[in-house]
Amino acid sequence: MFYREAGQFKTSYAADQAIYPIRQDKIGILILFGFSLLAIPFIAPIYWLNSILIPFLIFSLAALGLNILTGYCGQLSLGTGGFMACGAFFSYKLATAMPDTNILIVFLLAGLGTALVGVLFGLPSLRIKGFYLAVATLAAQFFLIWMFNKFSWWTNHSPSGVISAPPRAVFGDIDVTSASASPEAKYVFLLLLVSFLALIAKNMVRSRIGRSWMAIRDMDIAAEIIGIRPMLAKLSAFAVSSFFIGVSGALWAFTYSGSVEALAFEINRSFEVLFMIIIGGLGAIMGSFLGAAFIVLLPIALDTIPLLLGLPLSVETVAHLRLIIFGALIIFFLIVEPHGLARLWQIGKEKLRLWPFPY
Amino acid sequence: MNLKHLAIGVVCSLGSIPVVGLLLQQLAEAAPNDIFFGWDFYIEVVVTGLLQGVMYALVALGFVLIFKASAIFNFAQGAMVLFAALAMVGFIEMGLHWTLAFLLAAVVMIIVAILIERVVLRPMVNQEPIILFMATIGIFFVLDGLGQTIWGSNVKALDIGISQTPWFVLQGEFFPGGLRLIPTEVVAAVVGALTVTLLAVLFQYTKVGRALRAVADDHQAALSVGIPLKFIWAIVWSVAGIVGLVAGVMWGTSLGVQFSLSLIALKALPVLILGGFTSIPGAIVGGLIVGVGEQVGEVFIGPLFGGAIQDWFAYMLAMIFLLFRPQGLFGERIIERV
Repeated sequence: MFYREAGQFKTSYAADQAIYPIRQDKIGILILFGFSLLAIPFIAPIYWLNSILIPFLIFSLAALGLNILTGYCGQLSLGTGGFMACGAFFSYKLATAMPDTNILIVFLLAGLGTALVGVLFGLPSLRIKGFYLAVATLAAQFFLIWMFNKFSWWTNHSPSGVISAPPRAVFGDIDVTSASASPEAKYVFLLLLVSFLALIAKNMVRSRIGRSWMAIRDMDIAAEIIGIRPMLAKLSAFAVSSFFIGVSGALWAFTYSGSVEALAFEINRSFEVLFMIIIGGLGAIMGSFLGAAFIVLLPIALDTIPLLLGLPLSVETVAHLRLIIFGALIIFFLIVEPHGLARLWQIGKEKLRLWPFPY
Repeated sequence: MNLKHLAIGVVCSLGSIPVVGLLLQQLAEAAPNDIFFGWDFYIEVVVTGLLQGVMYALVALGFVLIFKASAIFNFAQGAMVLFAALAMVGFIEMGLHWTLAFLLAAVVMIIVAILIERVVLRPMVNQEPIILFMATIGIFFVLDGLGQTIWGSNVKALDIGISQTPWFVLQGEFFPGGLRLIPTEVVAAVVGALTVTLLAVLFQYTKVGRALRAVADDHQAALSVGIPLKFIWAIVWSVAGIVGLVAGVMWGTSLGVQFSLSLIALKALPVLILGGFTSIPGAIVGGLIVGVGEQVGEVFIGPLFGGAIQDWFAYMLAMIFLLFRPQGLFGERIIERV
C-alpha cells in the first residue's frame, strides 16, 4: 500500500543505477540518517550511546571490511582481530608521534598501514584456498597479537601493556577520542565516518573492482579465463578489507574503550565479526549492519532477560547459559535462513510491495 | 592410504632432524649469547617435541575423520575434547573406576554425536561448507556452555594411575643426566599409536569401514549403491567423539581438565594443514612435525625474538609450507575443473 514503485520511471542511466532506485527507499534511508544524526544524540541515554550505539557502529565497520573479503571475494579470513589490533596500535603510535596532525589523517594512515599488512598476509591466498586459507590467516591473528604484546615499543613502553588514547578533536575543540570525550560527540563523529565509509564500500562493490571480486568468489578459474587478474583482485580485496578493519580497530581503541591492550583483539573478536557477517548476510552491505546490531544486542538481551524474569541464577550459570543460547541461536539462524538477515529484509520488502493485495 | 608417500614423509622428516641440528649449531656459533646448543640437549628437545606432537595428532585425528566423511571443517572438535574429558571426570567423581567412567563417557559422546547429526547436520544438508563451518562454531559454544553448566568450570585433576615424576632413561656417555621423559606423554604416544592402528583396521577391514571410505570418496555414489549416509555420519561423529575422549584423557592427565582444553583445537589446525585435511597418516606426521618444530623453534630460535613464539610458530611453519604444497603433505591432489 505504502510501498509501490508504480509510476516511477527512469529516464537516465544514472537514475537507473542509483543505490536506492525506489523513491520510498531513498526517503526512508534519508529519514533514518537524519533521525540518527539529529535526534538520537539528544534523546538517547548515555548508556545507550556508550554501550550499544558506539560499539554497534564500530563493529559494523569491521563487519563491512570482513564482508568485502569473505562475502564479496570469497576468501575466508579468521584474522580480523589481528588486523583490528594493527589499526589500533598504528594509530596510537602515529597519534602520539605526531600530536598536531588531524586525527582523521591518523586514522587514514593507520588504515593504509593495516592494508599493507593485509596484503602481506593475503599473499598465500594466491596459492591456497578455502579452509587452508582460513587456517593460514590464523597465522596473522596470532603473530600480530604476539608482536603487539611482546614489544613495548608499540605501547610507548607502558608498563601494563595498555594504550590510552590521547584526546583529539577533528575540528574546533570538541574532542572525539579518548575516555574523556563526550559520548554524543563520539557518536556523531562515528556515525558520519562510518556512513561515509559504507557509501564508499557500497560504490566499490557495484563498480568494476567489486564485480571482479564477485567473479573470483563465484569461480576463480572461470574468472581468470574471462580476463580478471586473480592476483590483483584478491590482493585488492585483502587491502580494502584490511583498511576498513584497521580503521574500525583504531576507532575501537580511540572512541569506544579509550584504553586497550592487545589481548582485547584475540581470536574471539575474529569469530564475533565472522558471526556478524554470516548472520547479517554474506555479500550484503546492509547485512554487515544488521549482523552487527544482532551480535551487539544479543548478549545485552541475554543478560537482562533473567533479571526481568527474576530468576535466581548465579553469575556463573548465567555466563554458561549465555554461551549455550548464543550457540543454539546461531545454529537456529543458519538452519532457518542461511543467507542471513539481509535476505529476510529483502523478502520483507518483496512482501510489502504486494501487501495488502497479493495476487 | 598411500604407504609409499607415508614412507617418504617419515624418512624425510627423520632425515631433516640432523640437518636442522647442524644449522642450529651454526646459528648458535654465530650468536653465542642468545642460543645454547648441545647435541644431547637437542635430542632431548626433539624427543619432547615428538611426544607433544602425538598429543596434537590425537586432536587433529578427530578433525580429519569428520572432514573426510562429510567435508565439514568441525571447529567443535576442541569442545568435544573438553566435553568428553569433563564427562569422564564427572563419572569418576561419582565414585566409578576410571575404566568404567571411560566407557560411560564414550556412550555420552555417541549420544552427543547422534544429537548433532539429527539436530544440526540433517537440516543443513547441501549447504555451503562455510555455513556448516559456522554451525560447528555454534556447536562449540553449546558444548562449552553445557559442559561447564553440568560439571562446573573449575580445573579438575584427571588421575588414571600414571605417575607424574619424569623418567630418566639411557643414562650413559651421550646423555650424562639421562634422557628425561614424562610418563603421561609416553603413554599418550603409545595410546596414540594404538588408536591409529585401530582406526586403520576399522577402516580397512570392516563393513562399516568400507562404507566410511565410500562416503569419503563420493557422497552421491555412496548413496546410490545404498549406503545409509545419515547413519554413516552419526558413526563418524561418534568415532570422532571417542577419539576426542582419548585426546581429552591424555591432555587432561597432563594439564588438568579445564576450559583451555577446548582451545587446543587451535593447536591442531597447523597440524591439519601440514598433513592435509583428508589424510589420517598426514595428521600423525603433521602432528610430529609441528610438535618438534614448535619445541625446537621455541628453545633454539625463540630467544632471538624474545621468546614465547610458540603461539604462532607452528602457523608460520605451516603457512610457508603451504606455499610450496597447497594440499598439505598427504592431502588429495586438488584438481579443478571449470
